[in-house]
Amino acid sequence: MIKKIITLFLVLIPINSYALIEVDITRGNLNPLPIAVSPLSIDEKSRKSFEQALKKENIGEEISTIVENNLSTSGLFNPLNKEAFLQAPDIANLKPRFEDWNLIKAQALITGKVNYIDDKLRVEFRLWDVLAAKEMMALAFTTVPSNWRRVGHIISDKVYERLTGEKGYFDTRIIYVAEEGPKTQRIKKLAIMDQDGSNNKFLTLGNELVLTPRFNPTSQMVTYLSYFKNLPRVYLLDIETGTQEVVGDFPGMTFAPRFSPDGKKIIMSFAKDGKSDIYTMDLENRIVERITNHPSIDTSPSYSPDGKYITFNSDRSGYQQIYIMKNDGSNVKRISFGNGLYGTPVWSPRGDLIAFTKLHKGKFYIGVMRTDGKGERLLTENYYQEAPSWSPNGRVLIFYRETKTNDKGEGFTAKLWSIDLTGYNERQIKTSTDASDPSWSSLLSN
Amino acid sequence: MILSKIFKNTLLILTACLVLSACATKKEIASDIKGSMQGDVYTGTDTVEYLAEGVPDRVFFATNESILTTASRETLRAQAAWLRKNSSINVVLEGHADERGTREYNLALGERRANAAKDYLMTYGISSDRITVLSYGKERPVDSGSNPLSWSKNRRSVTVKAN
Repeated sequence: MIKKIITLFLVLIPINSYALIEVDITRGNLNPLPIAVSPLSIDEKSRKSFEQALKKENIGEEISTIVENNLSTSGLFNPLNKEAFLQAPDIANLKPRFEDWNLIKAQALITGKVNYIDDKLRVEFRLWDVLAAKEMMALAFTTVPSNWRRVGHIISDKVYERLTGEKGYFDTRIIYVAEEGPKTQRIKKLAIMDQDGSNNKFLTLGNELVLTPRFNPTSQMVTYLSYFKNLPRVYLLDIETGTQEVVGDFPGMTFAPRFSPDGKKIIMSFAKDGKSDIYTMDLENRIVERITNHPSIDTSPSYSPDGKYITFNSDRSGYQQIYIMKNDGSNVKRISFGNGLYGTPVWSPRGDLIAFTKLHKGKFYIGVMRTDGKGERLLTENYYQEAPSWSPNGRVLIFYRETKTNDKGEGFTAKLWSIDLTGYNERQIKTSTDASDPSWSSLLSN
Repeated sequence: MILSKIFKNTLLILTACLVLSACATKKEIASDIKGSMQGDVYTGTDTVEYLAEGVPDRVFFATNESILTTASRETLRAQAAWLRKNSSINVVLEGHADERGTREYNLALGERRANAAKDYLMTYGISSDRITVLSYGKERPVDSGSNPLSWSKNRRSVTVKAN
C-alpha cells in the first residue's frame, strides 16, 4: 500500500551548487538555525477543493506546520513566528525580498505553492539562503491528496538533507507497544504511528501479550513476540494486509527478534532448559540455523548494517555484557568492559556505533560505544529506561522510560523518548496511551 | 564553671540518647522489611498461594540468580510429593523477573528460573511430560512497588495447575 500511495514524482528543478548555509549536526546544537517556514500559498479554487476532499481549511498552512514541527523537534532549527513575516506567501515563493527576511533574523526560508490538479495534490517548494540571497533547492511533486502529511515530512527531509548534508528521518513511522491498565495486569497492543505521533493505529486487540516489535528495514513487515495461546513465539506480521505467522517451529519460547539488514532473515533467541541461544531463520527457504551454542543466556541479537557481524547480549561472563561475533557465530568477543551491566545492543545504521542500555548503581542509562567497545558515551540517565532504536540516519535514538511508583505502588507510567546522538535534545514523544518497545522504520521514500 | 561543664555534659548525653532512640526506631522498621527477606530473597508469605495444605505454590530468587535456596527446595519437595499423590495433575511453571532488567534478558532469566524449579521437581520423580515452562520475564509482577521488597516478591517461579 505504501508503495502504491506514493505516486510521487520528484521533479528536480536545476539549482546552483554554491556552498551556502550548513548546519553541523555532529555536535550538540545550542544555536538552532533560525528558519522561516512561509505557509505554502494556495489559490482559492485549490483551497476549496482540498477543503472538500480533506476537511482541512487551508492545506498549505497545514503542510507548512508539519514542516515547522519536524524542523523544530530535530533541535537543529528554530522556526520563526509566522506573525513576524512581512511578505505574503505567494509573492515570497516567486521572489523573496531577502531584506525583509533578514530583518526578522531568518537565515533560511522555505516557500512553496500547493495546487489541486486532476484530483491530485501538487506541491512545489523552495529553500532559500537569506544571507546569500540565493535559492538553494527547488522541488515539485504530485501525489494523492490523502498523502498530505507525508508531503510535509518529505519536504522536511529534503530541507534537512540540504542543510545538514545527511538524510532526514521525518518520512518514517514508529512501531511500538501501547500499554494500558494496572502494572500487574498490563494490557499490551501493537501500535504504529508516524514519526511525529500522528496517524496512530492499533494493530492487535490486546487479547494476548505482545512485546518487542521490530521493522523490516526493506519492507512493511514487522517481527514481534506474541503470547498467543500462552505460547511465547516470534511472529511475522504484514502491516498492510494484517496477515500473521509464527516464525519457525521451535519447541519452546522464541524471543528478541530482529531482521537482517537485507530483510531476508530473522535473528532471535530460542530458550530451552534454562539456556537461551541465538538462531536465524531464512524467510524464503525457512532454513533455521543455530548461531550460538553456550550454556549462558545469549539474547538481543542485532546485525551490523553490512550483515557480516552480530552484536548480542550474553551473561557468559557471569553478568549481562555486550559481545560481537561473525554472522556464522565464530570469533565471539566481549566488547563491554565498563562498570555495571550492559544490555540491548543495537548496531547503528551508519555502522560505527552500538547503542545499549546500561545498569549501574541502580540507575539505567542509554549510551553508545564504538564497535570495539571503546569510546563509551552515556547519553541519558534515569530510574528506568531501555531498548534504544536508531533513526534511519543514525542521528537520533528512540527508547522507552518507566517511572518509579510511590509507596502504594501507584503512579507507574511508560513513555517513549528520543535523544540526539550528541546527548542533546531529549524529548518525550506523545502517545495516546502509555508506550514501550519503540522501533523506527526506514525512510518510506528515498 | 565546673557545674556548667557537668550540665553541658548531661545535655550532651541527653541529646545522644535522643539520637540513639531515633535510630533504634528506624532500625526496627528496616529489620521488619528484612524479616521477610534473606539477602535479597523474599522469605515472606504475602503473595504465596497454596496448591494444597502445606504446599506453597512459589519459590523466590535473588537478583539475577536462578539458584534455589534451602527454603525453595523444601517448597519444591512438598510440591513433588503432592504431584506424586495427584498423578493426573500437570503443572505450568511460570518464571518471572523483577522490573530492574532489560525486557529480553528478563524473558530468558524467567525461563531459567522456571527450569531450575523444573529440574528439581524432576529429581524428585516428577516426569518432564507433566511440566510445562512458561516465562513471563518482567511482564507480570505481583507487586507493583518500586522497592527492593516488591522486587523480591516478583523474582519467582510459580507452579500453576494446568488441568
